[in-house]
Amino acid sequence: MRFRHLLASVALGFATLAASGAKAVEIEYWQYVFDTRVKAMNQLITKFQEANPDIKVKQTTFPYADYQTKVAAAILAGQGPDVVQLFYGWTDNFIAGKMIRPLRAEAFPAADIERDFFPIVSAMKRGNDYYGLPTAVRSLALFYNKKVFKEAGLDPNNPPKTLDELVAAAEKTTKRDGSGNIVSAGITLDMGGQDHQWWREVLVRQFGGVPYTDNDTKVAYNDEAGLKALTFYTDLQKKHKVGQAGFMDEGQAAFRAGLAAMTIDGTFRLGSFNTIKGFEWGVTELPANAQGVRSNYASYFANAITTKAEGEKLAAAEKFLAYISSPEAMKIWLEVVGELPARRTAALTPENIAHPVYGPFLKGLEYAHTTLFKDEAAQRQGAIDMVNRILIGGEDPKTSLAKAAEAEQAIIDRAKR
Amino acid sequence: MSAVAHREAATGGLWSRMSLGQKQVIWAWGFLAVPLVFYAVIRFWPTFQAFYLSVTDWTITRPASYVGLENYKRLFADPLFWEVFRNTFMYLILGTPISLLISFVVAYYLDRVRFMHSFIRALYFLPFLTTAAAMAWVWRWFYQPVPIGVINDILAGLGIPQQPFLRSTSQALPAVLAPAVWAGLGFQIIIFLAGLRAIPVTYYEAARIDGLSEGAILRKITIPLLKPTLVFLVVFSSIGFLRIFDQVYNINSNDPGGPLNSTKPLVLMIYQTAFSSYEMGYAAAQTVVLFMILLVISLVQLRLMRDR
Repeated sequence: MRFRHLLASVALGFATLAASGAKAVEIEYWQYVFDTRVKAMNQLITKFQEANPDIKVKQTTFPYADYQTKVAAAILAGQGPDVVQLFYGWTDNFIAGKMIRPLRAEAFPAADIERDFFPIVSAMKRGNDYYGLPTAVRSLALFYNKKVFKEAGLDPNNPPKTLDELVAAAEKTTKRDGSGNIVSAGITLDMGGQDHQWWREVLVRQFGGVPYTDNDTKVAYNDEAGLKALTFYTDLQKKHKVGQAGFMDEGQAAFRAGLAAMTIDGTFRLGSFNTIKGFEWGVTELPANAQGVRSNYASYFANAITTKAEGEKLAAAEKFLAYISSPEAMKIWLEVVGELPARRTAALTPENIAHPVYGPFLKGLEYAHTTLFKDEAAQRQGAIDMVNRILIGGEDPKTSLAKAAEAEQAIIDRAKR
Repeated sequence: MSAVAHREAATGGLWSRMSLGQKQVIWAWGFLAVPLVFYAVIRFWPTFQAFYLSVTDWTITRPASYVGLENYKRLFADPLFWEVFRNTFMYLILGTPISLLISFVVAYYLDRVRFMHSFIRALYFLPFLTTAAAMAWVWRWFYQPVPIGVINDILAGLGIPQQPFLRSTSQALPAVLAPAVWAGLGFQIIIFLAGLRAIPVTYYEAARIDGLSEGAILRKITIPLLKPTLVFLVVFSSIGFLRIFDQVYNINSNDPGGPLNSTKPLVLMIYQTAFSSYEMGYAAAQTVVLFMILLVISLVQLRLMRDR
């Protein structure tokens, strides 16, 4: 009797599976493994499937290190995702490889995108076409250790607002041993972390220059402004001695350990810093220059539709992309992942702006810039080497800057071919 | 084996006409074919593929087109390549003699130690079993400046100025090499010990009766008779140092091969060109050059073996 029941339920199960399988369109979504991102996406998929019972979304994830290679190999073999997550800096590569398709203007009107999203989404635009939309964006801010601030006699609720105040606060909070070695840094110096973005898109602009011209295809920082920006940065170690490249290995490690009073990092670090138990920290906007000019660097992972999606899968993919770029999805993403909504209305709610942690990052988004990298790792390496030549090799900043500009221009030119 | 062949012979036509010797040859080649085919498919085919790729501009996302020797021209004109080339040989020139000398001395004396011999040998062998990545991370912290770097803490305690180690273009390469040498010691010591044990005791007895000094015994008997072991270890560790990668990559993962490329070996350059910049054609050209270097080393090895 029991066996028959079992048999019946199995048969029923198969029948419903077959029935739904016949009706539902299945599309595949790919992103890299990151616990909270996968969790958030699972929630979004569940909600989307409830609203669209005729569409099934299958999420596939794998480690970040292989991500780009696997996506490229799969799509070129006619396999893989219908909707794919990609870093905005890979867009040119993905378009050149005919891996992603432009969003249809009827489904995603450019005017609406430009009205609703932060201006940094323009990094996904080629000609008149958008190639993808982000759910969330990231920006930079200054993290500071309130405990160290208090110990140094600084007001923990009044973090530095300008570059001069930043240097002054760093000088007060740096601790040295008898031989003058830094044992606790005022500010972290880590070009391999986010400092190269700070230098490129923030400091260069604050000293009166621009990092690139012609849609980021011409290096423009090899001038007076670039030199001032570079000297400001390297002087933190050479002149003010408030930080040391390589101190505690990584800037974020030094800050986490409570051995650095300040560090510049992005929203993506919040998850890690939220687990700090030893001290209280605060976040503030990146310091302005003496004239009050501010800048920031923003980046994001966008979702795009691949060339593999055709016919009803394309329609389903468009629906899915529209949903994961909706204000509702962004709210979930903020709650689960902690990344900022890419739409102004979803981001700039009074509640978010007043938020002690999200607020400074959101303010930064308003004036943020996004570098159109050709080869992010290589361009970052250029910035690391530029600073190392000065700090380790004792090279004159002007020469080092010129070398860096020349090397980066070569990387950009080669990618254009 | 021949019994099996006998039974088979009763059933077949062509098979039954073959002699036992022929059948054995066919059986032997049948079994040998499996690893040979496997080896050819996973080794030789990709190697030829690499030669082909090295004359194209394939970038994963863009289809390959023939560019002739463009990649090689670019490589030989690239100052980074020559720097990397020099680093690679620095690993070899420093690493091989130092590691062999240390491991020989350890093996020579360990051979005479009876007290806890196996335990000490196991201790030396332990680093060889450790993952290179994990070891590189531990050493990376050893080399940090004060307050967390153990080595610099000791130096500072003794009143010696702290050293930059991994943050110096001149000290970084030896600093990266040290854990690599240390990790390889265990293996080399074991091989040396086996070599020492293989030398007949009678030679030593004869030499001692003749009144030869310990130094002379070492020079005239031990070292000459260790030559096959020595050749094997030289070649083996040379290839190891020429292919060094994981220690370098992991000891400075934010700036792999840095600072200022002072520790970057050829394999790391290939890795970055291929899997970070996706310039597969250019990376293949670098691979071909590495292949040539290793080939030359291996030919020299064969030559030395024959001289024996």
